[in-house]
Amino acid sequence: VIELPILAAAAKVDTGDTAWMLVATALVLLMTPALGLFYAGLVRSKNTLNTFMMCVAAIAVAAVTWALIGYSLAFDGDAPLIGGLDHVGLHDVTFEPREGTTIPHLVFMVFQATFCIITVALVSGAVVERMRFGAFLVFAALWSVLVYAVLAHWAFGGGWLIEGGTLDFAGGVPVEMASGFSALAAALVVGARKDYGRQALLPHNGIYVLIGAGLLWFGWFGFNGGSGFSTGNASVLAFTNTLLTPACSLLMWFALDLIRGRKVTAIGAATAIIVGCVLITPAGGFIAPGWAMLLGAVGALPCYAVIVLRPRTRVDETLDVLAAHGIAGLTGILFIGFFAQLAWNDVADGLLYGNAAQLGDQVLAALAAPAYAFGVTYLLLRVIGAVMPLRASERDETLGMDVVQHGEEAYSTGEGAILVTPEAGVEAEVPVKPI
Amino acid sequence: VAVKLVIGIVRPEKANDVLEALYRAEVRGLSMSRVQGHGGELDRVETYRGTTVKVGLAEKVRFEIAVSDPFVEPTIDALREGARTGEVGDGKIFVVPLERAVRIRTGETDVGAVTPVGE
Repeated sequence: VIELPILAAAAKVDTGDTAWMLVATALVLLMTPALGLFYAGLVRSKNTLNTFMMCVAAIAVAAVTWALIGYSLAFDGDAPLIGGLDHVGLHDVTFEPREGTTIPHLVFMVFQATFCIITVALVSGAVVERMRFGAFLVFAALWSVLVYAVLAHWAFGGGWLIEGGTLDFAGGVPVEMASGFSALAAALVVGARKDYGRQALLPHNGIYVLIGAGLLWFGWFGFNGGSGFSTGNASVLAFTNTLLTPACSLLMWFALDLIRGRKVTAIGAATAIIVGCVLITPAGGFIAPGWAMLLGAVGALPCYAVIVLRPRTRVDETLDVLAAHGIAGLTGILFIGFFAQLAWNDVADGLLYGNAAQLGDQVLAALAAPAYAFGVTYLLLRVIGAVMPLRASERDETLGMDVVQHGEEAYSTGEGAILVTPEAGVEAEVPVKPI
Repeated sequence: VAVKLVIGIVRPEKANDVLEALYRAEVRGLSMSRVQGHGGELDRVETYRGTTVKVGLAEKVRFEIAVSDPFVEPTIDALREGARTGEVGDGKIFVVPLERAVRIRTGETDVGAVTPVGE
């Protein structure tokens, strides 16, 4: 009897797991346009399209770099620092399951691709309203490989953190701390907007911000719920915690807003949703629902503090990626060290359940990931900046990035617009008859 | 003393600088509105899918400031100081005589009507 290899492989694929992971992948991809909406609402109206376009660009650039090289560097082999080149150009990534999973390797790869994409998009929040679009494209391509793929290898792909015992369920290291601390570096290298600290730079559309946050939360069920790569217990736990933690962050944010300004703010609520989702990202499949709720409430405190204090500095980290992602991700990573519970996760206990070593592993990640992300991003932008200008001229910044970089406006009225070329398929001259 | 209406049409991005300059010149009563206009600056080309257009009208902010005669020059100076960039499209200032001015609350007229409360 000749055993067909394709059938042997098919036997190892679980259809239920695969079905869920296909859906989860689409959910995570939705998070990037959702982030575009969230960010676009937070900037001034003259920069709406450019801000959204940075997220669209992240999809275009990071999907390609991921397929070409990023996936291989992140997930080929278990060398401590960086993966191998066996999967370059998706070589050998097929329908057979990746080792240790019950889903086709292609599904695993494309699920991870959406993580790389959203992380690149997140960093743009630090430099909106002044970074040149072309320079951002170059930065996105290089950053997705040099920072994201490397940290994904450390935490997910068999690198030194995961092998050393660090627990990171859905990306506290490569997604949240990487984007947050890279955002800080990017803000420092690119520099503040010219009006920063001189004029009130306010969100132009709070509804975009709320819809964006809502869609991000929706997508996050795929992000966390898919990070078990199955429909197993870890995924179910993470999925559940993705509701509970942000809800508690929201309540804590309401309370903090009340204490600080006597009013609960909507932009604050949208921020709290993101913070809660980020807090539970690393911990989702490792901690009990009760602890997840505590994480939502307590974890909101340092993020709130950074959001309040950062605008009083000269660092124009424009959309507070450091606070909402860097600090929240770091908090979530450390929280695992205390509250991880073998009875719930089948992997390891934390300090509270008698395993102090786990906290040590978590602290290591909380030191290494920010240092690497900050350092490499800083150097990378310095190098790109030596080759091409990173930011638009003052005049262009004044006019707005939409008109200058894209030749479009988000809210064009058509008043005063003279047609130059007629739209294809429409008669060039339609006689206008008075009625 | 006669009363004049000073109309300043400026770049929207310079509106804050104008407000600041007016405040320093102690000109306190004003209104502003968003308008669209054309004053000889280059057209902007925009493309939406297959449609390319030249946008001839630019966003401007229009200040309307009613002042008594001694305040006309300081108002003009403040508008110029706040709004000027040196590029085409900085805007215009028009000064027109006012036949009457009435403060609705008190019925004061002319200079009384345009003098801010508390001075």
